[in-house]
Amino acid sequence: MTKKVEPVAVAKDKTLHRYLSKPARVREDRRFVTGNGRFVADLTPSGTMHIGLVTSPYPHARIVAINVEQALKLPGVVAVLTGAELAKATEPLRQYIDVPEVQWRPLAVESTRYAGEWVAAVVADSRALAEDGAELVVVDYEPLPFVMDPERAAQDDAPLVHPSHGTNVMVKREFVWGDVAANRARAHATTKVRTRWNRNSTVPLETFGVVADWDQHRSVLDIWASIQMPQFPEQIAGALRIPTNQVRVHFDVDVGGSYGVKRGIKHGVLAGFLARQLGVPIKLIEDRSENMHGGDFHGPDRIFEVELAYTADGEFTNIRIDVLDDEGAYPGRSPLQLAKPIGAIVGPYRIPSAEYNAIAVTTNKTGQVAVRGFGQSPTNYAIEAAVDAVARELGMDRMELRRKNFIQPDEFPYKIPSGTEYDSGDYPGVLDKAIEIANLPELLRECETIRAEGRLAGIGVATCLEPGGGNAIFENIMDPSTDKSTFPESCRIRVDGGGAVTAIVSISSAGQAHETMVATLVGEELGIDPDRVAVVRADSLSGFPSQSPVGSRMAIVLGRALHGAASELKSKMCAIGARALDLTPDEVAYCDGSVASVKDPSVSIGWDDLVGIAHRKQHLMPPGMQPGLEVMHVAHTPKSGTLTAPDGTVQLYPCFSFEVHVVLADIDPSTGKVDLKRYFIAHDCGTVINPDVVRGMVYGGTAHGIGVALYEQFAFNDDGQPLTQSFMDYLLPSAHEVPVIVDAEHCTPSPYTTHGQKGVGEAGYMGAPAAIAGAVNDALTACGAEPIHSLPIKPSDIWRALNARTPNQEGSS
Amino acid sequence: MGSNHEVHIEVNGELRTCTTEARTSLADFLRDQLGLTGTHLGCEHGVCGACTVLLNGTPIRSCIMLAAQADGQSVTTIEGLSGPDGELNGVQEAFCKTHALQCGFCTPGMVLAVQALVDNVPEPTQQDIDDAIGGNICRCTGYVQIREAIELVLGDVAKVRTSDDATVGAR
Ligand code: FES
Ligand code: FES
Repeated sequence: MTKKVEPVAVAKDKTLHRYLSKPARVREDRRFVTGNGRFVADLTPSGTMHIGLVTSPYPHARIVAINVEQALKLPGVVAVLTGAELAKATEPLRQYIDVPEVQWRPLAVESTRYAGEWVAAVVADSRALAEDGAELVVVDYEPLPFVMDPERAAQDDAPLVHPSHGTNVMVKREFVWGDVAANRARAHATTKVRTRWNRNSTVPLETFGVVADWDQHRSVLDIWASIQMPQFPEQIAGALRIPTNQVRVHFDVDVGGSYGVKRGIKHGVLAGFLARQLGVPIKLIEDRSENMHGGDFHGPDRIFEVELAYTADGEFTNIRIDVLDDEGAYPGRSPLQLAKPIGAIVGPYRIPSAEYNAIAVTTNKTGQVAVRGFGQSPTNYAIEAAVDAVARELGMDRMELRRKNFIQPDEFPYKIPSGTEYDSGDYPGVLDKAIEIANLPELLRECETIRAEGRLAGIGVATCLEPGGGNAIFENIMDPSTDKSTFPESCRIRVDGGGAVTAIVSISSAGQAHETMVATLVGEELGIDPDRVAVVRADSLSGFPSQSPVGSRMAIVLGRALHGAASELKSKMCAIGARALDLTPDEVAYCDGSVASVKDPSVSIGWDDLVGIAHRKQHLMPPGMQPGLEVMHVAHTPKSGTLTAPDGTVQLYPCFSFEVHVVLADIDPSTGKVDLKRYFIAHDCGTVINPDVVRGMVYGGTAHGIGVALYEQFAFNDDGQPLTQSFMDYLLPSAHEVPVIVDAEHCTPSPYTTHGQKGVGEAGYMGAPAAIAGAVNDALTACGAEPIHSLPIKPSDIWRALNARTPNQEGSS
Repeated sequence: MGSNHEVHIEVNGELRTCTTEARTSLADFLRDQLGLTGTHLGCEHGVCGACTVLLNGTPIRSCIMLAAQADGQSVTTIEGLSGPDGELNGVQEAFCKTHALQCGFCTPGMVLAVQALVDNVPEPTQQDIDDAIGGNICRCTGYVQIREAIELVLGDVAKVRTSDDATVGAR
């Protein structure tokens, strides 16, 4: 364990912050409550044509012929594009592992590999006409053998999704970290739990949309899209075989929710190609069923086996995690979701060694994409299920078992066996806070009361990490031939000739309140009221390096860039001020918009004068200085810059937020319906920037986790047909299902960030599925039933578990 | 496609006369023909509530109602709530105060659903509140701050609590 901390001054005392952590309005809200958001569906340049999609009814089929004649005859239809035509003129979409035979394209070529896959695109005057046209395209299919079950897909004789690749196994990686043999020998017993995280996704309320417009005289493809996607412009350019400086992605589009999934490369390539081909703006807005089955927006679909070794008094000595992930038909970026959890592979626990065996397979299902947490929440669920199982084996209190194994506050920075260093934390303190707000004795009484009334009740607890400050090192972990080691973020701060401050970023946002975050941080850095800071979004050509808001990284990495830009700006102002005051730059300091002598602060020069010199008075500027007050800063992710070591150890994300969930579930034994009666979270993401934004993230992520735990699943029948085609059967939690969630914030600042902030974009979701499963299982095991280890836990699962009890077990309830 | 109809609809207090196709939904009509893009489409099959507008003061799903069916009636969209200079009304103000939104996609429908509750239910119970927003899905917020906004706009938290349940929203 290294004890060396990279020194970044952290204001441990929150009162040292003037604007951070203080209640303040979220500037974005106003436009949305008045209906003035600008979503991609709201943009229709004149002359726009619309795309309708022809989709495959088979999970796997050869495309024998496509007849477009009738569709083209329909008035209003202008073109029909098939996969074969598109493939001739474009490159396949990017894979992030080395699988050259696995070709992913916007429209299927030669064969379709899942029901719902796009086969052809119809372009027409209106979306309705394009859909009419799509119905008139006749495709002749020859059904092929298919595979839906990931364990079957992994077998040698399974039907192949991509026959020329020769196997359905896309990637298989095995890691051993630490002295496994010795730590296993030290254990008194091991507990194995097989858990199933079924296929779900974030399913934002806004489907994916894109508008593309090619200006042939300026050679620019303009794109407005509801994206949250690193390297989107580059990938569009690459697939369309045009230079990257001919794609201009506009980031001033409001994105109606994403939580990871809004990648939309295939949508962008299809629309971009048609815009160039037809010379008109092209608009593609998915309908709900296309979004749920054709967009390649599904999330992890995993089978875990976790084996936890422990001593007689409950000390964990080793963890083994085997995971099989079903990527659907096209892996894309999803295998990397198996790598990210390596950076938190032992959870918040002091486990000295770990084994991790990860396999990704293709099946004939919709492709998988990044989902909130990038594989961390399923892994947290699997680990926590094993921890609960150990508690049951030992007859130990679940909270005390966790507490016993927590990494202690004085052990940070703490290097876990996989080589990643956790920055800071106070796990026992956060657990105490959760116990306090939940009023645990009262909660236990309430649980007993419900049981006494003849219903089932259980309390769930989960203690989980949210790694934040996303970098891209998982690309190198999963494919060592990839040596990408930075994932930068940047911004520009401008003080214009009138003295007003503007911060410019080049990202789009999907509800994370980045404008508020940026203004608050700039205000804090410069000591000026955030309300005075304008925040605008440059497009991808006029902007700067950015990897988009993924991996809970903006507060951390963009925060670092803002700090860098503000610091450079302040030193420039100091240089100007020093000259004006006849002092050297190290004899002055910047404070709240002025530059003053360190010795005698009454000797100073104010904002307007500094701005005046910088913009208009070369004769007063220090020699050689560029005029204006304009600074751009590009920041690496903290603690990045190294590749995976030969022994498989690696530094993943730099910052670790932590959350403790305590939930009380009330279950009706006659229907198996689960009612979450009480929900408490204690959460620590270091220094909070805006309190309302942070708690909103915590609540929202928790509600999303409630969906995963109890309601949401993309289900398929034995014929490979999707059974969840609409919101009637894919159930997003409504206000009826989500209880009032009580959140308490704890603050353990990160030593690696500018103000001690950590990530929060995945909060709530990290622990909710584990906690709710724990509550249901507490209720079940208390009445003699076996625990359920598959999400979502449906009423029928509970009913079955209750009915599988032997009469003897039932007596114990 | 199909027949065209001339419709006369009062939209946000202004009488609009337009020709629309028989199959055009009220939502598409508002968005595409009148340019009122504050009405959002989340599912287009009547479940999510993003497309909620008030028809003669009652919340309805404009994605599953035809524009022609609204002929002769009065429609309020989100654009109709704020004042002439963009001043926020009480519900909008409460949503901003509590940050009852994130991405803002469900927000117009949610604000209108709450507006209807405020307008039509004198002393709403917790059940009334759950029913008012229960048909509007928000994927971002977990509803906690939406409930806070409702409490704020109703002015008196005590009024919305049922006597046997001290925690608002717990069921
Ligand atoms: S869009 Fe109308 S209810 Fe979902
Ligand atoms: S604010 Fe995003 S769906 Fe409600």
